[in-house]
Amino acid sequence: MWNEGPMIWTSDVLILLTSVGIIGVLTHFKKWKWLWDEWLTTVDHKKIGIMYLIAALLMMFRGGVDALLMRTQLAVPNNHLLTAEHYDQIFTTHGTIMILFMAMPFIFAMFNIVVPLQIGARDVAFPYLNAISFWLFFFAALLFNLSFVFGGSPDAGWVSYPPLTELGFDKGPGENFYLLAVQITGIGSIGTGINFLATIFKMRAPGMKLMKMPLFTWSVVAASIVIIAAFPALAIALALLLLDRVFGTHFFTMLHGGDPMMFVNLFWIWGHPEVYIVILPAFGIFSEVVATFSKKRIFGYSSMVASLLLISVISYFVWAHHFFTMGAGANVNTFFAVASMMVAIPTGVKVFNWLFTMYRGRVTMSLPMWWTASFVLNFLMGGATGVMLAVAPADYQYHNSYFLIAHFHQTLIGGTVYGLLAGMYYWWPKMFGFKLDKKLGMWAMVLFNIGFYVCFMPQYALGFMGMQRRMYTYPAGMGWGTLNFISTIGAYLMGLGFLFIVIEVIYSIKYGERDLTGDPWNGRTLEWSLPSPAPHYNFAVIPTVTERDYWWELKENNRTHELRPKAETLKSIEMPKNSARPFLMGVAFFFAGFGFVFHWLILGFAALAIVAAIMIHRALEVHDEYAVPVDEILETEAATGRL
Amino acid sequence: MQTPNQRRRRHSKSFLLALSAATAVLLTGCGSRFVVLHPAGPVGREELHLIELSAILVLAIITPVFLFMVYVLIRYRDKPGNKAPYQPKWSENRTMELIWWGIPIVIVAVLGGFTAKTTFALVHPPEKSVKPITIQVTSLDWKWLFQYPGQQVATVNYADIPTGVPVRFQLTANGPMNSFWVPQLGGQEYTMPGMSMGLWLQADKAGTYYGHGANFTGKGFAHMYFHVVAKSQTQFNQWVKKIKATSPRLTQSAYKQLTDPSVVGTKSYSGFPPNLYKDVVSKEGGKYMNHMMKAAGLNH
Ligand code: HEM
Ligand SMILES: [Cu+2]
Ligand SMILES: [Cu+2]
Repeated sequence: MWNEGPMIWTSDVLILLTSVGIIGVLTHFKKWKWLWDEWLTTVDHKKIGIMYLIAALLMMFRGGVDALLMRTQLAVPNNHLLTAEHYDQIFTTHGTIMILFMAMPFIFAMFNIVVPLQIGARDVAFPYLNAISFWLFFFAALLFNLSFVFGGSPDAGWVSYPPLTELGFDKGPGENFYLLAVQITGIGSIGTGINFLATIFKMRAPGMKLMKMPLFTWSVVAASIVIIAAFPALAIALALLLLDRVFGTHFFTMLHGGDPMMFVNLFWIWGHPEVYIVILPAFGIFSEVVATFSKKRIFGYSSMVASLLLISVISYFVWAHHFFTMGAGANVNTFFAVASMMVAIPTGVKVFNWLFTMYRGRVTMSLPMWWTASFVLNFLMGGATGVMLAVAPADYQYHNSYFLIAHFHQTLIGGTVYGLLAGMYYWWPKMFGFKLDKKLGMWAMVLFNIGFYVCFMPQYALGFMGMQRRMYTYPAGMGWGTLNFISTIGAYLMGLGFLFIVIEVIYSIKYGERDLTGDPWNGRTLEWSLPSPAPHYNFAVIPTVTERDYWWELKENNRTHELRPKAETLKSIEMPKNSARPFLMGVAFFFAGFGFVFHWLILGFAALAIVAAIMIHRALEVHDEYAVPVDEILETEAATGRL
Repeated sequence: MQTPNQRRRRHSKSFLLALSAATAVLLTGCGSRFVVLHPAGPVGREELHLIELSAILVLAIITPVFLFMVYVLIRYRDKPGNKAPYQPKWSENRTMELIWWGIPIVIVAVLGGFTAKTTFALVHPPEKSVKPITIQVTSLDWKWLFQYPGQQVATVNYADIPTGVPVRFQLTANGPMNSFWVPQLGGQEYTMPGMSMGLWLQADKAGTYYGHGANFTGKGFAHMYFHVVAKSQTQFNQWVKKIKATSPRLTQSAYKQLTDPSVVGTKSYSGFPPNLYKDVVSKEGGKYMNHMMKAAGLNH
């Protein structure tokens, strides 16, 4: 640590100060017990969702700082702000963090906050597993971020191709951090996928047939199916590479019949579906937002459902477009090229249906709606360049160039991040009971949008100029300087936009418009029938659903009182008990990961033994639920004026 | 106070300004620094045609869709006195949906057809009537070694080729995977340890073309560029003769030295160990993939 230079020292000091600060504040305000009882041991999906959200925003900050460092380094030719090693570490952590520790927890935040409320359920199917998933993600993220100050970050790119990542070229420990942290969070993600599929199939309110489900819930079905089918491929790829590194096997070296291309295939069999995992829920969010703010039923509901499911299926047949230039042959390339283009068909259908939902509606330009409108422009362009990339012979020219960088940022930021922000604004009142400030939010939106185009449009052009990705510096004679400089300005504008979101949140905590109705946007689906924030048991009485957009129909026909609880008929509610075990399991996984990173096998296996012990302890547990007494429900409902 | 009309006029004015600015930026796209858009050979040209075709097709779709969104957002704004029709329950129209399932299917079919045609074409030499020349490329940490089995010369970080002659590059890696890319001549292909891949390129006119590794291989990757120098067949022959007369041979030990991680300038050699390329491929495990090597024409 001591020999890594001032940047790392400064970070060490900052991390230390922040930790001391947090501990100090918690101790001063005597908040330890509150933190433990209310948050660390919670199994309430709404709180887990909020923790996911906070973690995702923090990681967006970390990944964003990485991005700004990279863009600063590339602003002018022959720059020496960062060394090659440092730049390589930064693009690796940036990519990994943005995809696995920012986008994934952000979509899980939305799953958790919204799905049970939307389908009229009191909780997810496996609340305890849900907590485990969160803590696995959380401690994996911690492990990954620690690499920075403990032994060096990974530096072989977020795709981590062997043989560059084999021991011969990369002694570690950075690469080990990558393999273990991603593995641990991946296990958690598989749990979440299973959990939400089970929740949606098993816990819907009576009468909510599949074709009456809100579209966000449908998008979670589609994403969960993809998670369950794709993440095991990643788990296997990472495990085999770890075996190569730690135990000297030859799965991905060329010796003894090993084959690095096998890793590339396995990685993208997960990696391509992964981008749909993070975009499908965003599609769901846009469907909710567009319908609500157009005051109109969603156009072509069954097409919307069909296209979601079709996208999740096609997404498995396109992975080889990530290596058209690996010599698979013309027939293979043609197949994967056409399959990739086909994804554009259902996606295009969704865009038309959103537009026709607005058509003959009454559109309110709220913040979620602004993010949705700017998403459409971004996604049209990102989708268009995606189709261009799918043209295999053309991709021989785009592959690994800045054209590709511009394309995937346009879809990942302009699609996923815009969608998640739209969702955050939309459901924020449901989470916290107040709206985020519109004026500050508009500043953030405008800055972020302008910044986006200034940052990434020049990168398409840089691709045509032959600039490769992952270059820490470039010579002056290539004529790449001006466009790179413009791009960097754009990145800072986006950073400023993010800052406005932070300011907006802080400002709104104090001054944001309070939501006393529970239905601040005049919503259509069940979550808006509850007070904001929803009581911990969600529904005092489970509604019986008779049609799509049930809450809207009730409002139209003045029947909302039907969803109010009645004192005489209230029954006590069984809810799962809090548990410390998921948290402790996360801690144990953290130490197991840490042990294997540094080849301290004793620590690694001891920590895994603790994981096993915790699981056995759980298996022997009999009473994991308790009854919420009627009195408490009465009191809670009365306090929100619903009785 | 501005009337809505004035405001609209101002908006459209700034829109026009933005549009012309964007066009100006795009027009500079004709500058010769945009190497992909200025191919110097048949392979790059074929790829450019596809780039143009796909760009036109997708632009034809996204432009009207975007304009339609702007129109809808303005026309159906929720403001008092808006007389546009409001039909909150209108949510199905079979015909319209069929149209927008149908149009992209047609476009994908067209584009897919052209894609298939070019993909298969690029496997073959761009020019059938001229006898091709073979160059064996090995990516090392962090330099490029070119061997000319026909001419018995070798170079590092630059490669001379004759114009108008199809060049068959055979590619492998001694080290991590890289990707061999000369944007102005045509697309790239990976170099992989233990495998030998093929890439056809050809230059029409004399010139010096920038090439670079495209797949990240570690610390020295950013400096891993090379030049392809195209010249007439006679000049090429003279160049070979000169190398043969003035440069040293590449010995095993000199090759060994090249494989050490380092960034070097250009070098020329008047010969190389006879089976060097094949040995590199099979040392790295090519022997486990004989079927692939056969396909690449390496195992006879
Ligand atoms: C402020 C916004 C962002 C900026 C300015 C930015 C900038 C960059 C830059 C400069 C690179 C490195 C390119 C290279 O040298 O090869 C990069 C790579 C990458 N970015 Fe971003 N980025 C941003 C946001 C995001 C987001 C939100 C995501 C994902 C959701 C993301 C995913 C990635 C990935 C996967 C890579 C590839 C890393 C690799 O090559 O291994 N980025 N980004
Ligand atoms: Cu893909
Ligand atoms: Cu290969």
